[in-house]
Amino acid sequence: MDLNNVVKIPIGPQHPCLKEPACFTVSLNGERLAGLDLRLGYNHRGIEKAAESRTYIQNIYLIERVCGICSHSHPSCYIQCVEQIAGLEVPARGRYLRSLIGELERVHSHLLWLGVAAYEIGFETLLMYSWRDREVVMDILAMLTGNRVNYAANVIGGANRDITEDHKKDILKAVDVLEERTKYYIEVATEEATLIARLSNVGYISLDDVKLMGTAGPTARASGLDYDVRRDDPYAAYKDIPFKVITDTHCDVYGRALVRVGELMESYKMIRHIIQNIPDGPIAVKAPRKIPAGEAISRYEAPRGEDVHYVRSNGTDKPERVRVRAPTMVNLLSVPKMLEGDNLADVPITIAAIDPCFSCTDRAIRVSDLDGGNAKVMTWNETRRFGIDWYRKNGIDFTDLNKRLAGRMR
Amino acid sequence: MGIVNKLVTWSRVKSPWILHFNTGACNACDIEVVASITPRYDVERFGLLLKGTPRHADVLVCSGPLTRQIESRLVRIYEQMAHPKFVVAVGTCACSGGVFNGCYNIKGGIDSAIPVSAYIPGCPVRPEAIIDGVVKLLGSLQNPTEAPATPIVINPPEESEELHG
Repeated sequence: MDLNNVVKIPIGPQHPCLKEPACFTVSLNGERLAGLDLRLGYNHRGIEKAAESRTYIQNIYLIERVCGICSHSHPSCYIQCVEQIAGLEVPARGRYLRSLIGELERVHSHLLWLGVAAYEIGFETLLMYSWRDREVVMDILAMLTGNRVNYAANVIGGANRDITEDHKKDILKAVDVLEERTKYYIEVATEEATLIARLSNVGYISLDDVKLMGTAGPTARASGLDYDVRRDDPYAAYKDIPFKVITDTHCDVYGRALVRVGELMESYKMIRHIIQNIPDGPIAVKAPRKIPAGEAISRYEAPRGEDVHYVRSNGTDKPERVRVRAPTMVNLLSVPKMLEGDNLADVPITIAAIDPCFSCTDRAIRVSDLDGGNAKVMTWNETRRFGIDWYRKNGIDFTDLNKRLAGRMR
Repeated sequence: MGIVNKLVTWSRVKSPWILHFNTGACNACDIEVVASITPRYDVERFGLLLKGTPRHADVLVCSGPLTRQIESRLVRIYEQMAHPKFVVAVGTCACSGGVFNGCYNIKGGIDSAIPVSAYIPGCPVRPEAIIDGVVKLLGSLQNPTEAPATPIVINPPEESEELHG
């Protein structure tokens, strides 16, 4: 490699992940990526430290705000730790309610991802479609919990709110609508040549590398890793709910898209099963204010992958230590491997494909030669634009598809 | 006010360009800001357009508490915006630091670094509240000099009985 031709581009650091805002320093040799360096820790808020000075009850609401998109996963995982230390047995109805909110959250998160991923490749119609459909599940979450995001659906010892017969009818109706729409997305994903050509062989990571990097969630399952905490270490009511773990062997961004839409279909089935089989009885048991001394670790399959929490208590009403390991943390580490030998135009979609809680904040990108000579600053939008235009020049153009789909809009 | 100024104010009110900046939020407010530009809520019907660079933006929409690392970047982005500029604090965290108040890495609300024109509390803010705040801000854009001195506060909507079953 001729070092004089290598250009380094720092992407970030304003990367609004939960606790893992990142700075990707991309080294380019012409159009091709020669290397990628990762720096974490810009958006650090100090939640783990703050958790030590708040009571167990207050911490539910603090931990909920680790991530606004996984706002059921984190508190559930934390509460499982606390229940384990205190020796609390959650009633069956409470466990079913936890799984119900968890699956509804997965639906909203995957629909959100579908829109963001489509936006990054210039397929704006799909963004508008999937975000419109996402409002259906947001309405259900608002109806069940009182809030669209940050549901506060958990208490230590069970669930916070019960569901009624009317709620059940509304949920089933919404699931029917969403299932029909998702079938349409699967049709688009498997039949549209433009989409397949754009996503195939982008961000390739083999099964061996996935195991080596500890990659989690849909990103790992898209490389053929048959692993899901819901099946392999069941929590909440997942032991009683039949479902299939969706895997794929494409190992690329296309595979990750297929896994996520497949998981949407599984989630609909699980929601129906929960509604039809939810047992009667209390939704929660009373929890003591002071938790006995001890420590516990718990796992949870968040929409982005395996979430791990650790809690150590010392017999008071405040935890001694809380540790959060979010799935994006491990998935980010696999991004350099995915991007090896790829194009600069593939950077936005490959980073978006691990679903790093990507929102639409602008990120500045600075392009400069290794010797610091020719410096060029690109914003995230410009990089995205560059990617879309680059592929358009190479024959992958979403303009027709956008128009055709918009024509079919009901 | 000359005819040119009138024209500039008219075009600004009819189509303010906004820049969304995450100052350390948990993403909840960010997805609600995006939800408000997608079909169900669609703030673009008020002429709002999401822009990628501070140099094009009239309104800076900030979500999240001010972390120490983000402070200098926020000030830099604010300084890059052309006058007159307006800042909207979206969410309780952006208004006051919210649940993260007291964390060692949090400076407080956005207003501890830059002047804020509108506060929209809520955890997260509902898209309806964002629309309400934006429409009220559009009113105050008519008279840009007064905007920073008299911030707009959007009260959270009264919770309906229906939601609490």
